[in-house]
Amino acid sequence: MTAADEPGTLVERIAAQTPPHVAARVRGLSDRSIAWLFIAPTILLLLAINIFPLVWAIRLSFTSFMSNMPMPMRFNGIDNYIDILADEDVWQHFQATAHFVVSTIALQVVIGLGLALLINRQFRGHSFWTTVILLPMMLSPAVVGNFWTLLFQPQIGPFNYLISFFTGAPPSSFTMIGDVRLAPWTIVLVNTWMWTPYVMLICLAGLRSIPDYIYEAAEVDRASPWRQFWAITLPMVLPFLMLAVLFQAIQAFEMFDLVNLLTSGGPGSVTELVSITLKRSAFEKWETGYSSALAVILFVTVFGAANIYVKALNRVKQR
Amino acid sequence: MSATTAHSIVEASPRAKTVAGAIVILYALITILPLLWICATAFKSQSDAISYPPKLLFTPTLEGFVDLFTVQTRQPPDFIAKLPPAKSWYEKLARERGMVIAGPSPVVGRFVNSLIVGFGSTILATLLGTLAAYGFSRFRVPLADDLLFFILSTRMMPPIAVAVPIYLMYRWLNLYDTQIGLILLYSAVNVSLAVWLLKGFIDEIPREYEEAALVDGYTRLQAFRKVVLPQAATGIAATAIFCLIFSWNEYAFALLLTSANAQTMPPFIPFIIGEGGQNWPAVAAATTLFLTPIVFVTILLRKHLLRGITFGAVRR
Repeated sequence: MTAADEPGTLVERIAAQTPPHVAARVRGLSDRSIAWLFIAPTILLLLAINIFPLVWAIRLSFTSFMSNMPMPMRFNGIDNYIDILADEDVWQHFQATAHFVVSTIALQVVIGLGLALLINRQFRGHSFWTTVILLPMMLSPAVVGNFWTLLFQPQIGPFNYLISFFTGAPPSSFTMIGDVRLAPWTIVLVNTWMWTPYVMLICLAGLRSIPDYIYEAAEVDRASPWRQFWAITLPMVLPFLMLAVLFQAIQAFEMFDLVNLLTSGGPGSVTELVSITLKRSAFEKWETGYSSALAVILFVTVFGAANIYVKALNRVKQR
Repeated sequence: MSATTAHSIVEASPRAKTVAGAIVILYALITILPLLWICATAFKSQSDAISYPPKLLFTPTLEGFVDLFTVQTRQPPDFIAKLPPAKSWYEKLARERGMVIAGPSPVVGRFVNSLIVGFGSTILATLLGTLAAYGFSRFRVPLADDLLFFILSTRMMPPIAVAVPIYLMYRWLNLYDTQIGLILLYSAVNVSLAVWLLKGFIDEIPREYEEAALVDGYTRLQAFRKVVLPQAATGIAATAIFCLIFSWNEYAFALLLTSANAQTMPPFIPFIIGEGGQNWPAVAAATTLFLTPIVFVTILLRKHLLRGITFGAVRR
């Protein structure tokens, strides 16, 4: 019998044989108390700063509380939830969010996977250019989003100028931020610019995890490159790609900073994503109860969708 | 690899490599164009920054930086002529445009706030994260998987969704608009990342090292301090940098939970205004100063980037 077959490690076995009072004197704190001493502060911090507010938000969501009014909290049951779900505007904001999430994820997947496939060919200088491509995702979305408003200025901004240079359309004939039809795509464009590197980096890791011998075997079987892509590359990269999509979908669904500074929900409310609605009702209209209910709905949606998705991801991984 | 082919079957042909390289480099250049434009704008004069058509070539000036760090008032030329001669280069630069420097701008305070909150929350989150990660990695903790999932799930919460009760709580505890309030909040957000990343790093350190130390008469705590910590140093450093980047970049909480006193740079930069609208060179100067450290850190972190952005799920 080897040490690995024994329950516990060498130290744990020795510890088990030592009388407790001797162990305490020899080794200071017991393992169990060290474990709790080490883990408890983290759990306490998370309970205080994350869970307590969440529970409070759930409680507030059943009240008509307004935090700028000195009136006492009054419970109104599920009125807030009914108001939200019956409100057509809220549904529109959810639609705008869905449009944003689906479009940006689709673009990120196509461009990110494409770039990863190209970088994986290991041309000269590929690691330098990979780092260059990664830069946008490390930067502050708010600070960068703010600056994009200059780039998108119809007259003085370089974006319109470049477009007009290539298409011939006069640069002041369209406004990326002010136009009702263009603005939803503007936020998709900037978010895709920012987060495509994320998908690319994870896909690249997926590609590198595929052992060479599989391709060599496929080559022996005379599989065409096209067939190799669909039969080997894509299925092997899929778990990685799905992980990237999970993180990015959550990120896009909760998007606030970039869009708040780029369009702040405008023009009208065509780019008003749910988190911007939430911020407005909580911190501009001070409808605390109503906004807490919306927050709970948002949280349940993210959490529920993420859970279902993770199950699907695990199934793909097991295949 | 067979002797008859010049390259392995799996390796791309030279032509395929060239094509791939060309496309990737083109994408890379397009993608950093906005960043280069920010840098360039920082060194433009106000009129160059908003000229039509957009200017590629311009005479560089430090006006943007001077505007960023000072508060200025416009004065009539005869008033400026009567003033004693300018003592410094930046005073001269302002006066050439008919402005007189009235004092320093609040930007320095915001920068200091960003640094204090950034480093404060990083130290706290990394410290707590290291301890918890060691606990989860080395001891049999009851319900360990559930606790780890709980820690991860706190990160999934939409920041705006918890902002309302946190705002009320902070008002009540007098933590609203304080550096310590932001530090606690960012630590809570970062600690989930820190635990997950560091657990991965500590799992990779062979247990035998500590066991040898314990056999040699070290206590658990001594073994942790003298054996595990030095081994995990790279991982801890990488984790700390990820925490720092998050705190440095964070906008939503900073916007909603701070105002004049503890505000950090991200909510402040959009409000750098000059006469009649945003002063773009000053905004660009602030943005450049704010983003540059992150660019260097990204280059340093290259090897650990993948791990950091996936909570240790993908390690390469």
